[in-house]
Parts: sequence; C-alpha cells; structure tokens
Amino acid sequence: MRKVAVIGAGMTLFRRRLLETGKEMCFQAVQMALEEAGLELKDVDAVVSGSAPDAFDGVHMKGEYLLDGAGGVRKPYMRVFTGGGTACFSPIAGWWHVASGLADVVLVVNEEKMSSITPHPQYAFANIWDPILDRPLKPNLVWIFAMEMNRYMTVYGIEKADIARVAVKNKRNAVDHPAAQLADPNITVDDVLNSEVMAWPVQRLDISPPSDGASALVLASEDVARQVSETPVWISGVGWCIDSTMWTNRDLSFPEYLARAAQQAYGMAKIENPRKEVDVVEPYDPFDYKELHHLEGLLLADKGEAPILTREGVTQRDGELPTCPSGGLMGVGNPIAATMGIKTGEIYWQLAGKAGRRQVPGSPQVGVCQAWGDLMQFSSVMVMRA
Amino acid sequence: MGRKWRGTPLTAADIAEGRVATAEWRPEAKYAWSAGESIGRFLEELQEGHLVGRKCDVDDTVFFPPRSFCQEHFVRAGEFVRLKNTGKVETYSVSYLDTDARRLEEPVYVGVISIDGAAEGMGFMHFLGEVEEKDLAIGMRVKAVWKPKKERMGAVTDILYFKPV
Repeated sequence: MRKVAVIGAGMTLFRRRLLETGKEMCFQAVQMALEEAGLELKDVDAVVSGSAPDAFDGVHMKGEYLLDGAGGVRKPYMRVFTGGGTACFSPIAGWWHVASGLADVVLVVNEEKMSSITPHPQYAFANIWDPILDRPLKPNLVWIFAMEMNRYMTVYGIEKADIARVAVKNKRNAVDHPAAQLADPNITVDDVLNSEVMAWPVQRLDISPPSDGASALVLASEDVARQVSETPVWISGVGWCIDSTMWTNRDLSFPEYLARAAQQAYGMAKIENPRKEVDVVEPYDPFDYKELHHLEGLLLADKGEAPILTREGVTQRDGELPTCPSGGLMGVGNPIAATMGIKTGEIYWQLAGKAGRRQVPGSPQVGVCQAWGDLMQFSSVMVMRA
Repeated sequence: MGRKWRGTPLTAADIAEGRVATAEWRPEAKYAWSAGESIGRFLEELQEGHLVGRKCDVDDTVFFPPRSFCQEHFVRAGEFVRLKNTGKVETYSVSYLDTDARRLEEPVYVGVISIDGAAEGMGFMHFLGEVEEKDLAIGMRVKAVWKPKKERMGAVTDILYFKPV
C-alpha cells in the first residue's frame, strides 16, 4: 500500500440554519481545503462524498445531488454512508483510493443540512427504527442514547457530574473554534445538571445540537504530498467495525465494535501502547457520555475510567491526553457527516501545527480520530502522524 | 493563517416570515411491511398472549425476538420456543420527548427487557408501567401486561407495558 497524507482541510460555519444549500456549503468547504493544499480542482483525480440519512435534505441519492458542489463532475465519484460514522469513514474511503494507487489526489467532502426538515430533524430519525419491533412504540432517537448512558453509568457506578464535565470542557474549548455554534466560555457543571431533562439521564446540555455544515479534506500520495505540502499529516492506520443491528440483544455498557476497529487501526499504525503513544484524540461526542464511552472503546482508558481521567484534567487541552480540543460536536455543532471537519480535520490541523488558538502544547506527533453511527453499532477510527 | 470561514446563519423567523426564498414539499408515501417468517410468527403469538423466541440448532442459543437465521453460525434457525412473560430490565429511560421531539407533560418510561428463557441479555424495547419513577432500576424483575384479547392486533403494542413482579 502507498503512503497517504492529508494536505488540506476546510469547513463552513456550523449553525442551526445556514442560507447556503448543501451544494453551496460543499463548495465553500472544498475551496478552503484546496486553498490550504495549494491545489486546484483540475489536480483532483477522484472525489468521495459523505452524508448521513437522505431524509434530512429530503432528496434521495444525496451523493448525486451534492455532486457539483463537491467538485466531482466528470470524475470518479462515490458517496459513502455509515450514519454518524461517516465523519471518519469517508476519509477512510478517500485513503483507499490513494493507498491502492488508483488516485494521487482525492477530495473528501462531507455535508449535512438538518434544518430543511420541519418541525424538527427528529422526524427523520423516526425512520431509522425497525418498522415492526420499534416504531409502534413511537420512539424518539434520544431514547436509545439515554438507555445506553444509563447502562454505562449503572454498570460502572458513574456520577452524572463526572459526565457533565465533558460538556463543560468541550463547550469551553469551542470558544476557540471560528466555526462553533454552541461555544460557552462560562458554562459550569451545575448548568448541565440543572438543564431540562429530555430523556433521563439525558438533559438538554448533555446533547449536541442539530446543525447545517460541510467539511472537506484533500488527500494525496507521498510524491504529491512532499511536492506541495510543508506539513503533510500521514494516515498511518484505519479501522472500522459494525455490531448487530439488534441493539436490544447487546450489553450497551462497552462499545466492543469500537475496540475492534481501534485494534485494527493501531495494528496497521504499529501502535503497541495507545495510552502512551497517542498525543491527541478526537473521539465522537454527540452526547457528553459518548466521549467517555469512546475513550474506553479506543483503549485510551480502562472501562469506567474515562470519567475519572476527565475529573483529573487529563483530557483538557493542556492535559496529558487532550481530548476534543476542537470543542467537539458538543461545542462546535453536529452536522452529522460534516463533523469530519472537527474530527479528521482537527487532528490534521493539530498535527500540522495549524490549529491556531486550539493548538495543543508540545508538538503532538500521533493523533486519533473516531466517529460513531448507524444504530449505535458502528465505529470508524483513523490514526494519523505528523 | 488567513482562512476564510464562510456560511450565512439564518434564524427560524427568517424562513417563517419569508425573508429568504424557500420551497416546500411533503412526501405522501405510505409503507406496508411484510413482517417476514420469524417476526410474522412472533406477532401472531403476541396476539395469542405468548412471547416466542427461536433456537439456533448449532449451540441451542434462543434468540429473542426470533430470527430466521443465526448471525454467528450463519445457518437457518430451528424451532420456535415459547418463553415466559417475565424478564429483567437491562436499562431504561424516563422520556419527556415524543417521537417528533415535542415535550410530553407526563414522561413515559421505556426500557430494554430481556426475556426469561432467551439467551442472556436478549431483549426488546418496551414501556414500563405500574411503577414509580423512583423505583425504576436496572436489574428489576418485570412481567408483561397484555391488552384485552379482543383488542390485540398482532403488534408489539399488544403488550401495554411491563410491570414490576
């Protein structure tokens, strides 16, 4: 396999509603990424599009719909979709285009426009559930996360305050992100604990918002990367794994599928001791407890230990394991697939030393990004090196 | 870095009050799903007041809800097995959200209930009832409460909820 580097990243603002259409958002993100890479669209050999359920945009075959804004016209082009997991999975699809020798330069473009559906994006989520076993109960998607969070808290004896610290950290980190939707420099643990109960134990401030946004990455072969970039960031390991869709047949306290995906990625990247070797991590954080769950699934904390590391400050931007230095989905926003900009994109900017006010200290050399999705059963993981 | 962060934020009122151009569409598609072999039988048995699982003949694992094949051994599943009406709460939530994210005045209690006689931890989602919020607990033993027989439709809602034993 050939070496593959990220040489540019771009993203739009993340907001509850943007004027721009999905295509227009893609175009803005792609322009920003190409500008950073110092390339033009004519230099791009192939394009990968990533987007989550079609029902948000109300347009089926969203890949084709977004095509021109993503820069894919008259090029090899494909859309990938693994729910929220798309955020780190479309970069993996981009990686295999280059690693295989099929392409030298690939654009990866992720988009989500969740504002178009009314009265609320939850109406689209209602169509995710099993039509016979689940939908007659008129479920809300937050239920399954609430039930997973409760199981996680109960099995490991975790206090809600220790979970709320994640929301506080990420919303404060997001103050330094120019695209952030829900940054809050003054938020406290009490604010989270006193916020409206949505589906216990999930409260208003435990959850990331629906957002509009797009993001883009430029991936290149080693030859191209060394010619055009002074700070290429190498993709040194990838992994992904999915567990049973029968989520009521699994113990939700530990994401075993993620541990498998992480082991695949660490194996490829020759990471033997992730806790010692990983300098910065962007786990998927659509809920505050998910950051903790994912740190454990990524084998960066023992089972039930992530809340303790958080309480001790280990996961702060200047801590031993900076976690979600971008501000994450909790602070920057959650345009599902487009959160690639604050996962793979953020790790690229961190390892390239281009993260501005969000830069973690000490010139990080190894970073990990991860995303999670489908019916809380899938994870994608990428290990990157400066 | 002179990066350009672009995007033009709108408010809900910008759209509602017509300050930006928009178009509307409402899909009218309706779906009717065949429940299939195993879940079809499951629904028929629910109407009769029974919970059924289905066995993998390779290692006698009893799936609940029943499945037509074993995802581990990848063989066709064996006999259907009638299970008890009792089980254990594996997890739960107290929800103030309806399916469209509108706020409910009174919360609903929803959980995953693993059924006695099925493989360890194999359950389904259902409501919890005849219980105070403070008494809800993971590990709680519960029992199905059925609709009167003539009101049953062959649907998961033929069970009203599970109540503490």
